[in-house]
Amino acid sequence: MAEERPKYLIKAGKRLDGRKPGDARPMKIETGVIENAEGSAMVEFGKTKVVAAVYGPRDIHPKHMMRSNRTLVRARYDMLPFSVEDRKRPGPGRREREISKVLSETLNTAVFVEKFPRTAIDVFISVIQADASTRVAGLNAASVAMADAGLPMRDLVVSTSFGKIHDEKGKGHMVVDVFKPEDNWGMADIAYAKLPNLDKYVLLQMDGNVTKDEFFKGLEMADKSLDDIYKAQVAALKKKYMEGSK
Amino acid sequence: MTELAGNRSLVTPGEILSKGMESLPGFGTFRDGDFIRASFLGLSDIKGRLVNVIPLSGKYIPKKDDPIIGIVKDVRFSNWEIEINSPYTAVMMISEASNGYIDTNREPLSKYFDVGDTVLCKIKNVEENMNIHVTVRAPGMRKLNDGKVIEVKSSKIPRIIGKSASMVKMIKEYTGSNVFVGQNGRVWVSGGNEALAIKVIKTIEQQAHTSGLTDKIKTILEAEGDGRRKTEISD
Repeated sequence: MAEERPKYLIKAGKRLDGRKPGDARPMKIETGVIENAEGSAMVEFGKTKVVAAVYGPRDIHPKHMMRSNRTLVRARYDMLPFSVEDRKRPGPGRREREISKVLSETLNTAVFVEKFPRTAIDVFISVIQADASTRVAGLNAASVAMADAGLPMRDLVVSTSFGKIHDEKGKGHMVVDVFKPEDNWGMADIAYAKLPNLDKYVLLQMDGNVTKDEFFKGLEMADKSLDDIYKAQVAALKKKYMEGSK
Repeated sequence: MTELAGNRSLVTPGEILSKGMESLPGFGTFRDGDFIRASFLGLSDIKGRLVNVIPLSGKYIPKKDDPIIGIVKDVRFSNWEIEINSPYTAVMMISEASNGYIDTNREPLSKYFDVGDTVLCKIKNVEENMNIHVTVRAPGMRKLNDGKVIEVKSSKIPRIIGKSASMVKMIKEYTGSNVFVGQNGRVWVSGGNEALAIKVIKTIEQQAHTSGLTDKIKTILEAEGDGRRKTEISD
């Protein structure tokens, strides 16, 4: 990736791919993509493509992780070797371990963990194609896959990213759903997740710097696009049972 | 996001089913302040004040008094470990295996149930930490020696049984088979036209979410059976 930092990422209110600051990329959500799993889903955010599969509740290994009063939701986030242009070394590295940890914690907040003591729910999130915002796409896929698996949940988890990118004068602008160039060359990017019905934030990560005002401006824009993601999740879940009933 | 989902409608986790303190949260729902919300992807089922959600997928979670089909996994010193197609395994104590007295000094426990045996049993108790006890000391419960056991998704079991067991009764009448439906997603079929009974059960599983299923199954049974209504078998 010997590309140089572009002179601007946004010019006259238009981003490099032609989107307006508040626009998300075209999105697609599909359930039941992996038949072996209890539940599964695929989520596409533009070129970002993620698959999630849910197994469980089932026996927990290693046994010392077992909790006598609850189940453990264990997410495993991984980027496949061919998901990026330069081959990614397979297996979870430092970055993947950290993302797996925060996604596990996020998903644990949505599930009624006390219903299945002494078990684990394994969520495998694989990035097939990466074009930034993979962890939030993965979280959306995991949430749909868990509902598809028939797990008792407080709410679905909806998630998106927003960031700060520079124009030709070097001034920062807040934008929703960052893609690769904005992630690489932008001034900041923020991944977050929410339980939409309960109005609770369950994930917040930031890379770079923003002011308080910028943060809330970006959050407001991103919250709007969460509505569309939530609707797409619900539609994907219901589609499976709507077909053939007529 | 504040509209109420109607009765018998498809709901997703977090969706509001009812407002106010009049209604009571039943199975598959939870209270969130003034609202009752769904906790499953499933069908809403409002019975008077009680609001339920019937899940459309998911593993079998043991419930007290459920009739199930278990497979003996281990014979231990004073009990049997039984696999029940669920995240948890069940235990059957000696006292629950027979109406008579079992002397462990005189005969091995494997004489009663051995590893690999299939057992019709009933869930006696589910403890809070999901220790499960089963019993065969209940009407109709026993070790199986013949027939076939097929596995279906446990969430489709209510459709296989039908309203007040109408579906399973119909299958029994048309095929002449004896059928036992375990709540844990295992169905035992024995005697009569076994192949047809199994085919019909698989069809119900695939089309469980469609309406008018009883009529569809009746047509299949009439077309592929010998067309004659066999005498009812008592179990």
